[in-house]
Amino acid sequence: MLSFRGGIHPPGMKDLVNGRAIESMPLVPLYRVLLQQHIGAPARPVVKAGDVVRKGQVLSEPQGFVSASVHAPTSGKVRGVEECIHPVTGLASPCVVIEADGEDTWVEGLPSELDPFSMEGSELVSMVRSSGIVGMGGATFPTHVKLSPPKDKPIDAFIINGVECEPYLAADHRLMLEEPLRVISGARVVMRILGLSDAVMAIEANKPDAVDVMRREVPGSIRVEVLGVKYPQGAEKQLIKAVLGREVPSGGLPMDVGALVHNAGTCAAIWDACSSGIPLIERVTSVTGSGIREPKNIRVRIGTPLRDVIEFCGGVEEDAVKVIFGGPMMGIAQYSMDVSVTKGTSGVLVLGSRDVDRSSYTSCISCGRCVDACPMGLLPNVLSKLGERSMWEEALSFNLMDCIECGSCAYVCPARRPIVHFIKHMKALSREASAKKRQAV
Amino acid sequence: MSEGILVSSSPHIRSPEDIGWIMRQVIYALIPGAAVGVYFFGVPAFNVVWVSVVSCIVVEALIQRLMGRPITIRDGSAAVTGLLLAMNLPPGAPWWLVVIGALVAIGLGKQVYGGLGNNPFNPALTARVFLLISFPVEMTTWLVPRPLLVHSADAVTGATPLGAIKTAVFMHGSLASVGHVSIMDLFMGNVGGSLGEVSALALIVGGAYLIYRRIISWHIPVFYIGTVFVMTGIFWLINPGVYANPVFHVFSGGLMLGAFFMATDLVTSPVTVMGKVIFAIGCGVITVVIRLWGGYPEGVSFSILIMNAFVPLINRGTRPVVFGAAR
Repeated sequence: MLSFRGGIHPPGMKDLVNGRAIESMPLVPLYRVLLQQHIGAPARPVVKAGDVVRKGQVLSEPQGFVSASVHAPTSGKVRGVEECIHPVTGLASPCVVIEADGEDTWVEGLPSELDPFSMEGSELVSMVRSSGIVGMGGATFPTHVKLSPPKDKPIDAFIINGVECEPYLAADHRLMLEEPLRVISGARVVMRILGLSDAVMAIEANKPDAVDVMRREVPGSIRVEVLGVKYPQGAEKQLIKAVLGREVPSGGLPMDVGALVHNAGTCAAIWDACSSGIPLIERVTSVTGSGIREPKNIRVRIGTPLRDVIEFCGGVEEDAVKVIFGGPMMGIAQYSMDVSVTKGTSGVLVLGSRDVDRSSYTSCISCGRCVDACPMGLLPNVLSKLGERSMWEEALSFNLMDCIECGSCAYVCPARRPIVHFIKHMKALSREASAKKRQAV
Repeated sequence: MSEGILVSSSPHIRSPEDIGWIMRQVIYALIPGAAVGVYFFGVPAFNVVWVSVVSCIVVEALIQRLMGRPITIRDGSAAVTGLLLAMNLPPGAPWWLVVIGALVAIGLGKQVYGGLGNNPFNPALTARVFLLISFPVEMTTWLVPRPLLVHSADAVTGATPLGAIKTAVFMHGSLASVGHVSIMDLFMGNVGGSLGEVSALALIVGGAYLIYRRIISWHIPVFYIGTVFVMTGIFWLINPGVYANPVFHVFSGGLMLGAFFMATDLVTSPVTVMGKVIFAIGCGVITVVIRLWGGYPEGVSFSILIMNAFVPLINRGTRPVVFGAAR
């Protein structure tokens, strides 16, 4: 079966939710919609306290090309543009707070009936752009940017990413199972935009039911490819290597090898935008883990407070100790229950005490397990020792910036070294230094 | 929700295979080899084993207490060093020799560098070579193997097979005077030698377990033993009157113990596959050079320690190819 070098086999733990149908979460009284839900320049708010907004209404305008707007998840009144905790950075970040009126009325003109297959590619890209779509696998890179490759980097291969290699999570799995046509149609829109005659849908072998459904539903132009189960197969570069055999150059982008990858959830959002004008205001996410009473897959509005999500899923168990946005390998531990769901929230994982390793770390024993596990061919053992001493300049010569932070190294480390933490720390130091250098010039 | 909410960097799950687990597997894997030693050399060998293990654990705890460091004897690494040291000593070694060995292994071999993970040389081998140079008589007095259930009043001593051929070649310039050595005895362990090195079979079983558990990779044992086989084979073909045959070389002395358990020491061997191969071939070449032309009959310990010194260099020279690097 197709695969890539390195990688690990953590327990899947997907049984908690992969058999549960998606439930739509009912309206909650208050939504906090962060303005920065994407990689790139922050969006500028276009509403103010006291404004009445309708579901789907634009709340912010993107600033520059690599940016994305956000939309009202329901109808109601804007309480204000306030500072909220950002679930990714952990910092205070501006967000539009909306008090729902419970009517859930659409903004005028939505949903509309469009035929994307009679529209021009550029029209479709601007639909995607105005709908605020970003990569929903977690990276949140604005989708319209990926759909607008420069002339000298033609795309000849499109992969629909249905791998979902993070343990525990099953949101993409359920989406492919229950709403395959949204995913497939979105993919066809992407193919139309890029003028491609075929595409590959990549699914790991641990989702045989999704493979069956997709094989039944896809048109002849899309090939369903079953991949061996290995983490981090869903990582863009590893997926391109596994499916196409192409290696994205160090420091480069998939378009450098003519490849484009979109997550299954992103494809579904593209379909909604291009077929009915509906912006990205909700997503499917898995709420799971031993610390949550009723694990579920939910269709949740962007901006829903974590507290409400947890309550909808029966609350937390007595021994719950960790709440994570995303999966257990790359997700981000939350320190407050006041954060809200964003476009990139692929899962809400609540871990119980027994699942969390609290032992302290020791010296590296040079066992080399991390070197074998690293899908990027790095030396995590060396990087962790440099990171312990904040030696980021030396780390650059060990390809610090090529690290995708997948966590495979730290997962296998018998000395329990927080390798990813050290690497993130050094990356931050390095970015800080180059920012200072730019200022000085 | 419990009182404290835990916040830490990803990943949030860890493999259950921590250092303690690894060390336990190594101990399980060493048991067959040690058991055969006790079977053939009796009570003295048993005493060497427990004195060595207990001394290493006590020495580690004492040093860490004196240095105000956390005491890490629960990770099992001191017990592994103790067991390996015992297996590298003559089965009739006096208790004080074992205790000195433990002091050197844990003190000079490991703790002076900052403890587990920071030592450049294998601690047990450091101690063995220290003792060999300092106490040559005690370290080369070999008990003759005698199955446990066969009683005898006195321990009888004799030569190891490698010692016998070295002496023969030195005294008479040929192997003609050496009596027949049964490969089956070498395989089962019915020969003189260090406590835990005598049975190739028991060591291969233990080594296979470590490979199966993915504690070690097959590269070091296969390339180390393979190099010894090929190199001694070439010289045997050239002059079988002076050079013993490669099968004898592979199954005698400390090669199996060294190749499966000492050269594969995680801390003191290279991290990449290519590095391991280079390291193992180096160990093999040096072992053969010492066995065939050196002053000592056996070269496994020296070869591994010498190659340990090259590990940082090997690691530097065998960096993996970075994903997407220009080729």
